[in-house]
Amino acid sequence: MTVLQVRDLRVAIGETPIVRGLDFSVDRGQTLGIVGESGSGKSLTVLAATGLIDAPGRRVTGSSVLRATPDAAGVELVGASDRVLRSVHGDAVGFVFQDPSTSLNPYLSVGRQIAESLETHRGLSRRAAHTRAIALLEAVGIPDPASRVDAYPHQFSGGQRQRVMIAIALACDPALLVADEPTTALDVTTQAQIIELVQQLQHDRGTAVVWISHDLGVIGQVADEVLVLRHGEAVEQRPLVEVYADPQHAYTKELLAARPRVVAGAGPAPEPTAAPLLEVAGLDVRFAVQTPAGRRTVHAVDDVSFTVRRGTTLALVGESGSGKSTIANALTGLVAPHAGTATLADAEGTGVRDALRAKRRERRRIAMVFQDPFASIDPRRTVADAIAEPLRVHRLGGATAASRAARVRELLELVDLDPAFAERYPHELSGGQRQRVSIARALALEPELVILDEATASLDVSVQARVLALLRRLQVEQRLTYLFIAHDLAIVQQMSHDVVVLRGGKVVEAAPAAELFAHPREEYTRALLAAVPPDGPRARA
Amino acid sequence: MSVSEPPVSVAAPRSRVRAWRLLASNPLTVAAAIVLAVVVLASMLAPWIAPYGVNQIDVANALTSPSPAHWFGTDELGRDVLSRVLLAGSTSLTIAVSAVAIALVLGLVLGVVAGFAGGWVDAALMRIVDVMFAFPVLLLALAIIAIFQPGMLTTTIAIGVVYTPIFARVARASTLSLRTAPFVQVSRTMGTPAASILRRHVLPNIGGPIIVQTSLSLAFAILSEAALSFLGLGIQPPAPSWGGMLFTAQGFLAQAWWMSVFPGAAIFVTALAFNLFGDGLRDGLDPRQRTIIEARHGQRRRERAAAALRRDMTDREASR
Amino acid sequence: MSIAPAQLLRFLGARLLSSAVVLLGVLIVVFALVHLVPGDPVRLALGTRYTPEAYDALRAASGLDRSLPEQFVTYIAHALTGDLGVSFRNGQPVTTTLLQRLPATISLALVGLVIALIISVPAGVYSALREGRVSDVVVRLTSQFGVSVPDFWLGLLLISLFSLTLGLLPASGYLALTDDPGGWLRQVTLPGLTVGLVAGAIMTRYIRAAVIDVASAGYIRTAVSKGLPRRVVVSRHIVRGALVPVLTIAGIQLATILGGVIVVEVVFAWPGLGRLVYDAVAARDYPLIQGAVLLVAVMFIVVNLIVDVLYAVVDPRIRAA
Repeated sequence: MTVLQVRDLRVAIGETPIVRGLDFSVDRGQTLGIVGESGSGKSLTVLAATGLIDAPGRRVTGSSVLRATPDAAGVELVGASDRVLRSVHGDAVGFVFQDPSTSLNPYLSVGRQIAESLETHRGLSRRAAHTRAIALLEAVGIPDPASRVDAYPHQFSGGQRQRVMIAIALACDPALLVADEPTTALDVTTQAQIIELVQQLQHDRGTAVVWISHDLGVIGQVADEVLVLRHGEAVEQRPLVEVYADPQHAYTKELLAARPRVVAGAGPAPEPTAAPLLEVAGLDVRFAVQTPAGRRTVHAVDDVSFTVRRGTTLALVGESGSGKSTIANALTGLVAPHAGTATLADAEGTGVRDALRAKRRERRRIAMVFQDPFASIDPRRTVADAIAEPLRVHRLGGATAASRAARVRELLELVDLDPAFAERYPHELSGGQRQRVSIARALALEPELVILDEATASLDVSVQARVLALLRRLQVEQRLTYLFIAHDLAIVQQMSHDVVVLRGGKVVEAAPAAELFAHPREEYTRALLAAVPPDGPRARA
Repeated sequence: MSVSEPPVSVAAPRSRVRAWRLLASNPLTVAAAIVLAVVVLASMLAPWIAPYGVNQIDVANALTSPSPAHWFGTDELGRDVLSRVLLAGSTSLTIAVSAVAIALVLGLVLGVVAGFAGGWVDAALMRIVDVMFAFPVLLLALAIIAIFQPGMLTTTIAIGVVYTPIFARVARASTLSLRTAPFVQVSRTMGTPAASILRRHVLPNIGGPIIVQTSLSLAFAILSEAALSFLGLGIQPPAPSWGGMLFTAQGFLAQAWWMSVFPGAAIFVTALAFNLFGDGLRDGLDPRQRTIIEARHGQRRRERAAAALRRDMTDREASR
Repeated sequence: MSIAPAQLLRFLGARLLSSAVVLLGVLIVVFALVHLVPGDPVRLALGTRYTPEAYDALRAASGLDRSLPEQFVTYIAHALTGDLGVSFRNGQPVTTTLLQRLPATISLALVGLVIALIISVPAGVYSALREGRVSDVVVRLTSQFGVSVPDFWLGLLLISLFSLTLGLLPASGYLALTDDPGGWLRQVTLPGLTVGLVAGAIMTRYIRAAVIDVASAGYIRTAVSKGLPRRVVVSRHIVRGALVPVLTIAGIQLATILGGVIVVEVVFAWPGLGRLVYDAVAARDYPLIQGAVLLVAVMFIVVNLIVDVLYAVVDPRIRAA
């Protein structure tokens, strides 16, 4: 039975069309995966189709008919009155949004937030709804639900909060579940659990699911039919297996090709003879954190040691909270370590210098590229200014402004950007271009070690693939050494010679990449590898 | 947790041109700017355009209602109210501007140093600001004036000192959020000296909230100076002041409504203009407000969307 | 209500400590007030009543003949026990005078705050929920007017209208609440309105900004997606979320009211602390000025502490781990 039937859906903001004429449908017990990069209009499409957008200036035309049960009449959602929409939302349609930390009301207990829909749509009393809430918490896998039902959102972990969101969405047993990037903000292991949970609940209840994601790997695990969107238009719309086996459209092929995968034998050639460049021993970092309740001490990095060899890439892998970024901050002097040493071999390879307490001149030798392309460059200064800053501070690139400008152009070309970009402002560049500027700025220091802290994590998949290719090329051409921090194992495999796996601030496993991926020793490493979305789509049960 | 002003985000204005265009799109802001210009001009030109002298006593014509000869009427000594209002304006504005300038400089230094240095420096400086916040503005100003002789200089210093904490808080809040911004952290990692970071990255980016606060504080400075003069502890007679005129007007409330209405209106209009202008500035700088305004102007939206598409395509093709 | 006692105590303890530090700072400032006076405060205070004997007597009585640190310690010791010295003008103990005038000011400030809340909370919430629409613009403009109007001018205008022209309400004078509630109400109406209208306008702006902030939070979208009636979304989710910033605003506003009350008390001849300070400043009665300033600052610190306790009641993240 078709639960949602959408025809010729169009959404415009003021004059600008964002979604241009889409047709799709979802059946009972089936999952429609909508995939696209940022700006493709995927979220807007589904919000419009379910009548949830209300921002000023948005115009929706077309038809979207929802049928909750076989004997019920279809309800037209486009242009429906507020009353009709309110009766449908939470009852026939449930929603799960992306960020569990902001999607739950911090001032109400979890049980209360689940019970609300039950009280509104099913007319249950407070007590009855409370009991049902406990049952729902159990169904979504929250341990000890009877005592946790009165707890507050901040007392749950991120993954658990998303489970609560699912419980809220499924409280009234809706015919359709809309999941908008539900696992994007979660760690890989948690993501796998949530995917499994949703699939199981769908199997039990026969709910139709619309799953929105930018991640083809996730879509490959959850969808029965795939709709690929680009700039508000449907590029490809077919059953899952067909899309993967035989993509029709060039864009789909590009997306599939750009997707990082864990493949046997992938990655750069090993270099066992390279000399050590950076040796970190016993690094220990602690923070005082200000929470609404008072100060807490967080033991972010606990006795971590590793060695980075010249001309190679060492990856620090871990989920959020593993301490990998903190290590980078300690190495670049942003954070003072509690204990430990980090020594950088001299240029000649003879002596060593303390990297942790380096003076300004020494700071040149370690460069950093951050994750967020939008916040990494001063919005008020030009690209040339940003790249020239290290030249000015360390007196590189010649003594005159003209020679520095020439060097800036040189660096822009090195990262495959048109030298004319020098006079532009950051807001005039796209995300990928800004990251290239950040890389150029890092190279301006003529560093020996470049730390890449999740440098491609915020980029679209196709852009990410290109930036990684650039980084690999630069490593070979310029004999660069990288400390590559990431949580995505597939990318790590592409880039690294050696890998260190972190968890909770401690080193779990450290090995050459080829060995780690082929024969992981530790339980946690194996779990991380298992949680990576598989290469091909899942087999149909 | 404390809220001193409605939250202003440290936004990145697209470019100067666009910011001005956004300001101009709000009719209230434009009107406020015009009114301010008129007030400032009138005050500066007062010695030349005032029809009578500031202390031109004419007891025979005391307490006459507004007429062609005296547009705002006369007071109890027969002095022309219009002339006195005009001439008092320059004093009030001078005090307000000077006091806010003092508060701006002191507050900026305190706030930026506290926000950027962090640690115990921040804690110590903010304790001092907290202590200053514990006193109501007027009370603290009165206390300062009680120590020294009342007069123009004392009034200016008193208002400047009591308004320093709010600037310090705004500057500190902006600096704190900037300190953790990646582009500032990058500069720190590459060894850029702190002074250089403050000058090139921090100060230009906190300009927005500071400018907004300046406009709002100017409004309050006008009101504070008027209140102090009303209490007889600000500008001393025979120098004219709007507040002082209102104090005298109290005694003649029943007979001469014009003595209280016009000077009060002058204070009101000036403060209102500063407030509206400051609000317009704040709306222009807030990214969310900007998108609401821009959504109404579809043309600009379309241009931006098209430019974004072009950028995306260039990005895909530019690199091989 | 779930509470983690250790965490709650830690929170309150930190706040108490912070308040104590601020209090110390306040004491230092207040103490310094007298000693910053150029010239001799005693001589200035005596003015024309100066005689060598009176000078020595007053000087000794105020303790100004001892060393600075000694004076400071004595001052704190006395202040903590409630002894704030004696007035330069009439020799009365400062504490007694202050306490006599305190009820009048508190009643006026509270009336003003209540009027301000009655105006600002509905207006702020209403205008925030209709952001960008005509009703929002009207509220914003009106509150701008209210913020820009000098409170003493407003007072004079109100007197002009309601007392002189309409003859409905008295222009000045005071009756204690405990003696004559009806009379007190009539007396407090105009000054209370003056204080309340201006404070209400200021608070409307802040509350509006706070509600707009909350309305754009993710959990509001979740609430809407559950199909809850609009009324419930607003009352249970939006207002609840805005409680913390509104509490903060109300607390800060009380300080502003306490300061603004001075001028209103002068206009309406209301015999409160404000009027007292005004007279004391004119007469250079330093102990009285010191005492009044200290009292007001202490009241503000206490109000803030109460607000902090209320935070813990409202926000579960503070009271439970």
